[in-house]
Amino acid sequence: MSVRATLATARRVLWQIRHDPRTVALLLVVPTALLTLLYFLFEGQPHTFQRIGAPLCGLFPFIVMFLVTSIAMLRERTTGTLERLMTLPLAKVDILLGYGIAFGLLAALQALIVCTVGFAILGLHAAHGAWLVGLLAIANALLGMALGLFASAFARTEFQAVQFMPALIFPQLLLCGLFVPRDQMASWLHVVSWLMPLTYAYEALARATAPAPLGAAMAAEVLAVAGFTVAALGLGALTLRRRTP
Amino acid sequence: MAEAAALTVEKLRVRRGGREVLHGLSLEVERGSVTGLLGPSGCGKTTLMRSIVGVQIVASGAVTVLGSPAGAAQLRRRVGYTTQAPSVYADITVGENLRYFAAIVGADRDRIAQATATVGLAGREHQLVGSLSGGERSRVSLATVLLNRPELLVLDEPTVGLDPLLRSELWDTFHELARGGATLLVSSHVMDEASQCDRLLLMRDGELLARSTPDELRRSTGESDLARAFLSVIRQSHAAGERDPSEA
Repeated sequence: MSVRATLATARRVLWQIRHDPRTVALLLVVPTALLTLLYFLFEGQPHTFQRIGAPLCGLFPFIVMFLVTSIAMLRERTTGTLERLMTLPLAKVDILLGYGIAFGLLAALQALIVCTVGFAILGLHAAHGAWLVGLLAIANALLGMALGLFASAFARTEFQAVQFMPALIFPQLLLCGLFVPRDQMASWLHVVSWLMPLTYAYEALARATAPAPLGAAMAAEVLAVAGFTVAALGLGALTLRRRTP
Repeated sequence: MAEAAALTVEKLRVRRGGREVLHGLSLEVERGSVTGLLGPSGCGKTTLMRSIVGVQIVASGAVTVLGSPAGAAQLRRRVGYTTQAPSVYADITVGENLRYFAAIVGADRDRIAQATATVGLAGREHQLVGSLSGGERSRVSLATVLLNRPELLVLDEPTVGLDPLLRSELWDTFHELARGGATLLVSSHVMDEASQCDRLLLMRDGELLARSTPDELRRSTGESDLARAFLSVIRQSHAAGERDPSEA
């Protein structure tokens, strides 16, 4: 691997995003707009807004980065730039880390805005600090990126890649405990929820925003998120082939 | 031949999409030459080039590039490849594309300026690649491969759709690179480009029909026009095939 190639790749991805101001605006504004919508939706029920809104601040980057990465990687595959990169002195890990750095920075900016609005203006509480929610948001963004990278290998077209969002992300959102506490789910759904990466991301966020002490469970959940990220990146790297049929 | 070949292909067989596209192809490319790979669209030129740069899964046979098996990690600095469709990023500028590829291969600003001038895009660095014409995009793609002066350049139809003047300038550049010791393999489906090459490889239906030079080809076929000469080679090979099917 080469630091120069990794940083060059990160810089190139950021250039691509910079030339697309509408995407930047959407990335930065939409999560905050949705959170504000929830605020008005639950105007008379501050507890519900707190229960859903606080962890959601750290989940937006996961959802967005999954989508952005799967489309970006699909484009690299279909426009021939990936094949071109594979003939150059550049390791696969340089490409993966380059994307990770660029999208990690973008996720940090996104999390900063949504957390500032959520915790400072809309009255959400993060018992263990909004900064912890922000850090978890970046970790979740990297998880979303890793899953998106892996998923992109199974899409031939952008139409397919976009469909992976409802197919792979919605079930995780529904089962992670955000909408229905997991111990109230049918037992088989509870079991399924344990297999989904987002469950651990949500549990950690719920813990960070609730007053109870963090405990060892928090560390285990963060490790689980990191483990899923590394596993998905590894699987994603396997789909970046130097030789193709 | 005094020197070892820059490139040897032995009995290369490749299957793509369930059908064999290269049927046991063998050839050599001399160092320091501009070799034209000519043949109609769909005859296997791109598949052969992909095999040479090591991105194609091959069924059997051997491809040796600059003394190493095709696709070896150490060749990635020594071999430059442009695909037929320009493989550059459309959503960033010409200059940004060049700076990205330069950072990967370790080329400095002077090299970027030289490569940009060579393909006639000086002064266009701030333009988004997506706003360029098809020919201009392929020139950006070509510039990115010239950055680190590779020993072997594999160029898939680099001059398609270009202005005749620029096309002739690019052929001059190819010869200049060859005089500097580089080896170039340039594909084209247009026979009028054949006269620009030092050596010719004529392909059809996944087979190598002839290995020649423009003059030799004209002499052996008695045709002054290279397109007609190619036609005559095809007819001869058909006739030979009818007499003895084992001899292709």
